[in-house]
Amino acid sequence: MAAHCPRCGTGLHFRKPRSVERCWALLISGYILYIPANLMTMMETGSLISYRKDTIVSGIVHLWKTGNMMIATIVFIASVVIPLLKLISLTLLLVSVQRRSRWRPKQRTRLYRMIELVGRWSMLDVYVVTLLAALVQLGSMALVKAGPAAVAFGAVVILTMFASMTFDPRLIWDPLQNEDSHD
Amino acid sequence: MTDTAKRPDLPEIPDAVSEPKRRFSVQLVWIIPILAALIGLSLAVKSFMDRGQEVTITFKSGEGMEAGKTKIKYKDVQIGEVKALAIAEDRSHVIVTAEMYKEARGFLVKDTRFWVVRARISGGNVSGLSTLIGGSYIGVDAGTSKQPQEDFIGLEAPPAVSMDAPGRQFVLHADDAGSLDTASPIFYRRMQVGQVIGTQLDPDGKGVSVRVFVRAPFDRYVKASTFFWHASGIDLTLNTNGVKVNTESVVSILLGGISFQNPDEALDAPLAPPEAVFPLFATRDEALKHVEAAEPFLLVFKESVRGLAVGAPVDLRGVTVGEVTRIDVVLDGKRSEISIPVEVELYPQRLHAHQQKGPQKAKTHSNRELMDALVAHGLRAQIKSGSLLTGQLYIALDFLPKARAGKIDWNSAPPQFPTMPGSMEQVQKSLMQIVQKIEKLPLEDLARDAGKTLRSLDATMKSADTLLKNVDSSVIPEARSVLSEARQSLDDVRKTLGETRKTLGGANEVLSADAPVQLDLRDTMREVSRAAQSLRVLGDYLEQHPESLIRGKREDKK
Repeated sequence: MAAHCPRCGTGLHFRKPRSVERCWALLISGYILYIPANLMTMMETGSLISYRKDTIVSGIVHLWKTGNMMIATIVFIASVVIPLLKLISLTLLLVSVQRRSRWRPKQRTRLYRMIELVGRWSMLDVYVVTLLAALVQLGSMALVKAGPAAVAFGAVVILTMFASMTFDPRLIWDPLQNEDSHD
Repeated sequence: MTDTAKRPDLPEIPDAVSEPKRRFSVQLVWIIPILAALIGLSLAVKSFMDRGQEVTITFKSGEGMEAGKTKIKYKDVQIGEVKALAIAEDRSHVIVTAEMYKEARGFLVKDTRFWVVRARISGGNVSGLSTLIGGSYIGVDAGTSKQPQEDFIGLEAPPAVSMDAPGRQFVLHADDAGSLDTASPIFYRRMQVGQVIGTQLDPDGKGVSVRVFVRAPFDRYVKASTFFWHASGIDLTLNTNGVKVNTESVVSILLGGISFQNPDEALDAPLAPPEAVFPLFATRDEALKHVEAAEPFLLVFKESVRGLAVGAPVDLRGVTVGEVTRIDVVLDGKRSEISIPVEVELYPQRLHAHQQKGPQKAKTHSNRELMDALVAHGLRAQIKSGSLLTGQLYIALDFLPKARAGKIDWNSAPPQFPTMPGSMEQVQKSLMQIVQKIEKLPLEDLARDAGKTLRSLDATMKSADTLLKNVDSSVIPEARSVLSEARQSLDDVRKTLGETRKTLGGANEVLSADAPVQLDLRDTMREVSRAAQSLRVLGDYLEQHPESLIRGKREDKK
């Protein structure tokens, strides 16, 4: 069922409309872009003595090897674990909703809340790269350039945020009420 | 939303009207994954398209190379990157796997060369300093072949000349490499026009092949008749001409080098083809000598040739026309004599050049006829001393009118040229002749005659003595008295003269400016003038005050 606001004409819904379908679409886009985000160059750093191109993982490895284990861990969690966890969790939620699973609705709802909360923190990587690229422009002395992976990664984070927004957590509880789900 | 719809307390607000579900339900949201897929696909396609070609390059060592970091550069533009370093199975070398960019596919042909660019100091220049900071990289010289290739063997040193440099390569053969090395300069009229690409020992070990590159446009000066010589270091020669120091340039003194030149008359000679082979001479003089066709001759001397060395010049009235190439000693058993055959090389071309300036008619004269004619006119070879200081000898050709008839023996090999005993021998001979003549003189008779003469001379001397004594006793006393009188009269004259001088001196004193008479006179005159002045004053006073004659002078009221 759909309705319009008689004043402004905005579409009105009882539930988030086409939640599952839209969520799937955004989620699949996220999955697709996750591949180039991890395979392509995230950041190019050049200085007088060295020049390197780093993907996310090679950057983390480099940080780890050069002794910055704390930062490596933070970047690893923010840039690799969280996006991946988000993608997998959303997939889990969608699959469970579509199969009308009654399995632990409370935990699943908590998982959803966590995804929404934590999602924006994955932008850390993108922030770092964009800030560095904007700030460190010393000509031939030092150079930081954002690679194509930065765009892809940013897109992954945004897409997963949208996906979690479009997901309607009430769908988790629907099977328990033995009702038809509303659009 | 559902709550607000049910509230009745806002009557002006109309109720939301629900609509039936639209059947067409392909959501726009699916465009997003399609877009994402398209982007992902395009990235994949792009990276696949951009994927370069993998090549392997073999080096002796992997010094300075790092997987993923070391770049491959052509003319300082990156065209690839080292992906991996591995050691060959037999551990003799390093295999570098590199990925060449898409644009660099044209480089991967058979004769493309790869080498590691490091900081190098060689051949008088410093290269690759940037690698000290930026790390070494692999340099590429693009080949011209069409045949593609993916496995290369890297050079251990950068090639001296890149493939696309215009110019030509030549090969020089030398006895030894001297101080030549890759990148040694090549000079033409002391301008650097090229460099040595490499030196290589001949397979038979009897010489050295030097591969040189002459840059365009200078390569057109390399003709078929061009001669090359070592310009290495300092060439110091001591010969009959004295000490001679020959250098090319300071750089070549330190590093060695090669010079080339064309014979003067061969400026319009045809160009030498690329890869032409030339001999490389030790010195310029040697090169000049070898340019001309040399003709060997044999000179047989009987005298000592001490001081005559191989390489000594053969000289025609001061012009070097050849050189000594060999000196032997031959024992003639039959006549128990020692003769010294000296082999020389003459450059008849020089004789041509000097003797016949006319048109090329001279060429019709064969060398033999010319030489025969010259010998018939008395041309002979002689040993002469070139420098008394060093004692070195040379061979002089000259026309000796007194020469015995002789001719060139063309039958012997090499042809025998008639000789004359040298000047030293001639001096010795004439000295001997003088001695012999002296021996033949009738010395005893002469001595006897001399004795007689001496005796008669003695008698004559005695009579002369008596004569002198007579003269002494009769003539001299009288003469002495005359002389003393004359001396007296002279004394008188001298006295008179002295008095005259005194008188004149007195007059001089009176007349001179500082003479006492003059001074007195001056003082007197001054006194007189003062007296006149006071008289004038007195007169004036009296004129104004005539009464003062009576009353006396009044007191001045001042």
